[in-house]
Amino acid sequence: MEKKFMKGNEAIAEAAVRAGCRFFAGYPITPQSEIPEYLTKRLPEVGGVFIQGESEIASVNMVIGAAAAGVRAMTSSSSPGISLKTEGISTLAGAQLPAVIVDVARTGAGTGQIYPGQNQYNVATKAPGHGGFKVIALAPATVQEAVDLTYEAFDYADRDRNPVILLADGVIGGMMEAVVLPEPKTAFPEKRDWQIDGCQGRERRVNRSLDNDTVKLEQFQRDCAAMYERWQQEDVRYEEYLTEDADLVIAAYGTSARVAKTAIRELRKEGFRVGLIRPITVSPFPYIAFDKLDYSQVKHILAVEMCIPALMVEDVKCAVARRTPVSAYTRGAGFVVSPDEVVGAVKDLISKGGAQ
Amino acid sequence: MENSLIIAGFGGQGVILIGQLLGYSATAAGKNATFFPSYGAEQRGGTANCTVVIADEAIGSPVVTRLDTVIAMNEPSLAKFESWVKPGGTIIVNSSLVHKKVARSDVRALYIPANELAEQLGSEKSANMVILGSYLGASQALAVEPVIETMRVKMASKAKFLPLNEAAIRAGKELAESQCAAGKGAQG
Repeated sequence: MEKKFMKGNEAIAEAAVRAGCRFFAGYPITPQSEIPEYLTKRLPEVGGVFIQGESEIASVNMVIGAAAAGVRAMTSSSSPGISLKTEGISTLAGAQLPAVIVDVARTGAGTGQIYPGQNQYNVATKAPGHGGFKVIALAPATVQEAVDLTYEAFDYADRDRNPVILLADGVIGGMMEAVVLPEPKTAFPEKRDWQIDGCQGRERRVNRSLDNDTVKLEQFQRDCAAMYERWQQEDVRYEEYLTEDADLVIAAYGTSARVAKTAIRELRKEGFRVGLIRPITVSPFPYIAFDKLDYSQVKHILAVEMCIPALMVEDVKCAVARRTPVSAYTRGAGFVVSPDEVVGAVKDLISKGGAQ
Repeated sequence: MENSLIIAGFGGQGVILIGQLLGYSATAAGKNATFFPSYGAEQRGGTANCTVVIADEAIGSPVVTRLDTVIAMNEPSLAKFESWVKPGGTIIVNSSLVHKKVARSDVRALYIPANELAEQLGSEKSANMVILGSYLGASQALAVEPVIETMRVKMASKAKFLPLNEAAIRAGKELAESQCAAGKGAQG
């Protein structure tokens, strides 16, 4: 398999094309603009359509149309732009339409800063729009994983008729790393009975997220809830790294997790028994991974996040259910947490009796 | 083996390009590599730097603050990144534009007059290639021939610069190796 040295954003875009994405609408924003830039050239090569919308809102609404027509469709943005798209993402969920939304997250509220951040955790996992719906949210820690998860995201979306979020951050999007690109997909879902693709010779179809029949709507909400439960049983993905003998476990996803791994290798050289749980699906969150820990051994769990305050730590606390103390080490404002800082934070905890 | 470096300079000096060439070359050589750029909103004239990590093992952070090598293409870069080098590490100074000396005595300092050397070879534009060569000479992280080959492939659209770039890479490597052999550096 040939390895290509690629920028994360371009690799995500290429993976989408290979997954069968044939419609993209987006609007530029740092640090994800290479995704639309790449697709301007690439999508026409495969008979797809690229549109730079007049805004983020227009772009996601175009994706709604493409998805309703049965086309694999994607949009991408970064934190402030995702805020603008949430109405459309909610419509996708309410209208049961599959689509992939890429969030190459940056830091801070409002316009914030263009630098990387993990501040979009709650948006991706708790409220990607109004209405209390959920999505599968995938969080890559390497460019290769960004490729693999983008490639799979379209299948999840089609399976569930629900939007899927790829939650990257500005480091993953902006860095270059070697990847092996997957073969272009050739097997796609059959023409489905909900596609709005011309009604000559058949009854016209209507797709909308508004249902005046509240009995039907309540049943739809119950079906969605059951689907979210199923995700917890069947789709949770996470990596365990050196957790077997660990008396301190770091919880981190995405860029923070790869930094934490370097820190753990250094700590292990000095004899500290430290491990890592890395959620790959941040939604559904891998609560189960924390049930597998031996709490007679694990003295502390440290969430490492590039966001102030820490957000994922709330899910970690929920998973740990007070079986051991949980705290967080954070960097914000676009500063990328360094291995030295993680080593320091762990040693600090240990010196305070947090772990042996 | 793991070698981390920051290449820093003004936008337009080609620091991003040589960082990417190192990444492409390392990948072609079967090594792991990461490249992470950082630049201001400006293009030419603003500050630009990139972090490159080349390793045999899996690479954790693509952003590094304790480095094996710093390449300072201009004076602000030396001021900013001099303290980021590990003891025993290397600082490569583009002495055509940086007139300060490295103040630390616990690192190896190489002074490469990249702009002058490139100009002698044909064009000052290849100063970044001189510096790229000097990094190869100082670090021995990658063999020079595959890097030249990568440069030829990635810069094929600028055919008339290819022989000059190749000569610049070789000249930079040679100068760095001779400075290393002469034991320059420990005295800063």
